[in-house]
Amino acid sequence: MQTEFTEDQEQFREVVARFLQDKSTPLSVREMMASEAGYDKDVWRQLCEEVGVAGTHIPEAFGGFGFGSIELGVVAEEMGKHLYCGPFFSSSVMAAYALLNIANDSSKVKLLPDIAVGKTLATLVLDSLNSPEAVGRQLVVANNSLSGTAAMVLDAHVADLFVIVARAETGLGLYTIHAGAEGVSVDLLETIDQTRKVSRVSFKNATVERIGHVNSESLDRTWDHICVVLAHEMIGGAQHLLETTIDYTKLRYQFGRPIGSFQGLKHRCADLLMEVEIAKAATHHAARCLDAGEGEAYAASMAKALAADTYMKAAREAIQLRGGIGFTWEEDTQLWFKRAKSSEVLMGTPAIHRERMISMMEQQS
Amino acid sequence: MSTDTKSLTSNEAIRAELESWLDENWSPDRSLLAWRDILVDGGWAATGWPLEYYGRGFDRGQVALVHEIFREKGAVGAASVGPRRLASETILAMGNDDQKRRYLRPILTGEHAWCQLFSEPGSGSDLAGLSTKAELIDGKWVINGQKVWNTSAHHADFGILVARTNWDIPKHQGISYFLIDMRQPGVEVRPLKQMNGHASFNEVFMTDAIVPAEDLVGGEGNGWAVATTTLSYERRGAAPTLSGASTSENPQEGLVYDEYREELKIANEPYTWYPQRQGRVDLVMSRAKETGAISDPVIRQEMAKLFCMSKGAVLASQAAEAKRKSGSNEIVPAGSIGKLAASVIARQSAHVHTMISGADAMLSGPTSAEEGMVAEVLISVPAISIAGGTDEIQRNIISERVLGMPKEQRSDTGPFRDIKRNT
Ligand SMILES: Cc1cc2nc3c(=O)[nH]c(=O)nc-3n(C[C@H](O)[C@H](O)[C@H](O)COP(=O)(O)OP(=O)(O)OC[C@H]3O[C@@H](n4cnc5c(N)ncnc54)[C@H](O)[C@@H]3O)c2cc1C
Repeated sequence: MQTEFTEDQEQFREVVARFLQDKSTPLSVREMMASEAGYDKDVWRQLCEEVGVAGTHIPEAFGGFGFGSIELGVVAEEMGKHLYCGPFFSSSVMAAYALLNIANDSSKVKLLPDIAVGKTLATLVLDSLNSPEAVGRQLVVANNSLSGTAAMVLDAHVADLFVIVARAETGLGLYTIHAGAEGVSVDLLETIDQTRKVSRVSFKNATVERIGHVNSESLDRTWDHICVVLAHEMIGGAQHLLETTIDYTKLRYQFGRPIGSFQGLKHRCADLLMEVEIAKAATHHAARCLDAGEGEAYAASMAKALAADTYMKAAREAIQLRGGIGFTWEEDTQLWFKRAKSSEVLMGTPAIHRERMISMMEQQS
Repeated sequence: MSTDTKSLTSNEAIRAELESWLDENWSPDRSLLAWRDILVDGGWAATGWPLEYYGRGFDRGQVALVHEIFREKGAVGAASVGPRRLASETILAMGNDDQKRRYLRPILTGEHAWCQLFSEPGSGSDLAGLSTKAELIDGKWVINGQKVWNTSAHHADFGILVARTNWDIPKHQGISYFLIDMRQPGVEVRPLKQMNGHASFNEVFMTDAIVPAEDLVGGEGNGWAVATTTLSYERRGAAPTLSGASTSENPQEGLVYDEYREELKIANEPYTWYPQRQGRVDLVMSRAKETGAISDPVIRQEMAKLFCMSKGAVLASQAAEAKRKSGSNEIVPAGSIGKLAASVIARQSAHVHTMISGADAMLSGPTSAEEGMVAEVLISVPAISIAGGTDEIQRNIISERVLGMPKEQRSDTGPFRDIKRNT
């Protein structure tokens, strides 16, 4: 199993970082937040055409580049740093991983190539974003006719294709339906974190196509894959907050000295660095485990729990150490704070992941 | 020179040479000292040291291979338990040729045990504020003062000592570093009982104790630089460990084994509680299952937090090590971060052990949980955030040297004589 990044991976990181530094500035992030679509189509096209992010982890047979969770994590980490707004997470990560782990081969061949180049925007419709065990209680299929409501679906308002996990008589299945099909309604919801658009999606006797059988193993694996990418996004955000906060404490003067010279603040920053280093290591490790198909079964949940707690801590400290300015709309820190909050609870709170981790460890030992 | 040896010595060549050397020389029927003499003369006692001083200039990987081969053969290695390594590494780095010739060999053979005489009642974190006095009288250094918390001093033949030789200049500049003979009338060692009942550290009183002029290391007034070498070695995690380095895990029959077991029994005595001060994370899952605490959702959450931290800290230190090896110039503060993390982990583990045991956590002794080990965890963990530099000092180091935050304003500049200090 890989234990450090290869030179190629580091170079890839450079490329992604340079692109985002240019195209995902706090100013453009605020524009996207205020826009209905929530992302810049040109930037997305360039990201897909020039950097190739959407197909990073999709096998070459399905039109992608054939890399793995490690490389996808590199992309997500940089996106987290720059608070990228776009369909990467909903389409390239969530929907694509569900297809890769669950769909039958002919559907993969049919659907993945367009997702891999960012032409099709897909999104994964789950009726719970809390835990895999809770999936399949709201969405029900009978005779290829889907009814029920998914309370929260990422980027549904711009998606072309819905990839759905729903319950049928034979158990959970994976289904697809095109946006705009009869019986599908999408309501964009108000959210704390406006960098991630969320909608309620309701189905009423909508005709869906069944493309795979979902068992707990494939759903868990999909969940793990998604959580590890999300963890990367979070450690990227945490790293950004740590760096900008340290910089601020060196510049801001009170009582005739930089506030960064007060030990009460220095010690908190040292603790934060420790947590960020640990969360980063656990997250990188989780991606390596997934790619190698070995290591601890609970590595993904451990990474998600650590990254979420660390990102929130970084976000709280980032605001506290800035004082009043930190609490303003004007200052950018709040953008990361809100992203930290939405990432903390998306796909399972830290407590849920800790419980998941302990049950796995319990069975092992 | 040593780099040449390194590049010319493949792992296969090392294995072939060492195996045939051991076949020819290793015998369990010799006395421990006789065997270690042969070991040192053969150049296999400290292969990471330079050629001129008993070593072969091997890198970490090669040294690990040597240890592996010793273990396979069941052969006893050089003496390594206790603070002796702090002494040998410092002498190797900063001592003169004469000091290396006189002191290194008996460290390896086990003839001399060492202790670290740094902390004082008046200065611990602020080591440079020490006030033990060294005066040059008739060509000899005369030492007066008191040291404290000195682990293994009650077994030690020599000590690495920092003392003040000049009171009229800034505090870091007036310190000198000495090698002191502990077995002399001017040195008195009194064991100190710790809160966990063990007595691994001591008070050391020096009253007109003598250090010959040739046992000053690094020159008069250069003691701070030498002490820093010792401390960085200590924080790199080379602190005393329970078992000898290149030793057999299951000593078998023979005189050398008998003497070796005796040596370990004495040398390890101060360290039997060290695993407990780290929290014994390894016992948590089995204790939770055994007691049924595993079904308590609150305890499960706390256990998971513990495992996240302990596993994550290992991964972080591996990542730092990998970065260091790849020559990245990103500052990787592995030592201080690892030390801080160890404290957090130990405290969380004590917390979890307490939740698991419930009221039983009141009990101690051989009939209590894990033959008293859980109780020992609960009353030993407070040491981890103090020994080897407190957590607060690690946070100062991380924030100033790694994060580059502004330094604390100092009130201890100028001549040492004028600085406010404990009386
Ligand atoms: C088990 C054990 C083994 C030891 N073995 C040895 C040994 O073999 N040889 C040896 O020489 N010493 C040894 N020590 C001593 C150890 O190095 C000191 O105890 C330690 O450095 C702290 O010094 P102190 O006890 O004087 O506490 P102090 O320095 O007085 O600290 C008291 C409190 O003040 C805080 N503090 C001090 N300065 C600052 C600052 N600048 N900023 C913020 N907070 C600060 C400390 O963090 C601590 O919380 C050992 C200690 C223990 C517990």
